[in-house]
Amino acid sequence: MSIWEYANPVKFIRTTDRILPWVSVAAVLCLVTGLVWGYFFTPDDYRQGATVKIIYLHVPSALMAINAWIMMLVASLIWIIRRHHVSALAARAAAPVGATFTIIALATGALWGQPMWGTWWAWDPRLTSFLILFLFYLGYMALWSAIENDDTAADLTSILCLVGSVFALLSRYAVLFWNQGLHQGASLSMDKEENVADVFWYPLLVCIAGFVLLFVALVFLRTQTEIRARRSRALLAREGRT
Amino acid sequence: MMPDLGKYAFAVLASYGVSLALIIALVAVSLRRARRVRAELEEIEQRVKRHA
Repeated sequence: MSIWEYANPVKFIRTTDRILPWVSVAAVLCLVTGLVWGYFFTPDDYRQGATVKIIYLHVPSALMAINAWIMMLVASLIWIIRRHHVSALAARAAAPVGATFTIIALATGALWGQPMWGTWWAWDPRLTSFLILFLFYLGYMALWSAIENDDTAADLTSILCLVGSVFALLSRYAVLFWNQGLHQGASLSMDKEENVADVFWYPLLVCIAGFVLLFVALVFLRTQTEIRARRSRALLAREGRT
Repeated sequence: MMPDLGKYAFAVLASYGVSLALIIALVAVSLRRARRVRAELEEIEQRVKRHA
């Protein structure tokens, strides 16, 4: 069995139909458990007070905003190299999900930044690259909608995705090579000294799992929808010709 | 049970409110479009079958 079997739209829909309910239930369970645990059963941080509760939304959404773009990049590369329609449609399906996670990360970042930094926004390298990533998401979705021919749209959006990947990577690594920003370094680290305290870390891990599962569930559902919409367009076009 | 958010109540509650509203809206829009597109495709396929 090869992974390329799932490039067949029928096989993709049949397989994801079986997995989707399980992933959806797991996503809801993880999100509810993680958020309730984090909000109600964790203490305030000694320096940041109750604002530390924002971490359970800000970190997972920021993580997934970048990872969604990376997933779109992989799917776009598969389209460019192997011309599998399902991969182009999966990239298209992931964009609104990634854009929503980016808005959540920007909004919760601003709400967290105001009491901690004394400002809603700063032209900090990480914040700025994240804003540019959000604009790339908007541009990517607009480009898909603007072009009638699906293959041409997939070609052009794939190129846009390759260019935008620079900002997706910059958003993740900006804090490592630019020191003048307000944003602190990574909250999650394999180094125990750098990582957040265990009391915040465990509910945060559950929330991250919830966001990942929610992303997978939504991408499966939306890719199925894109496949069906494409088939509808093809049938309508054929009908128009006869 | 309810945590005392003190002077940070606005920041924390607004973060949760905005995020949950956006997630629920995204799920609702995705489900509604999925249902609509599936129904449209079924209708088109039946029409094509009838004509064939």
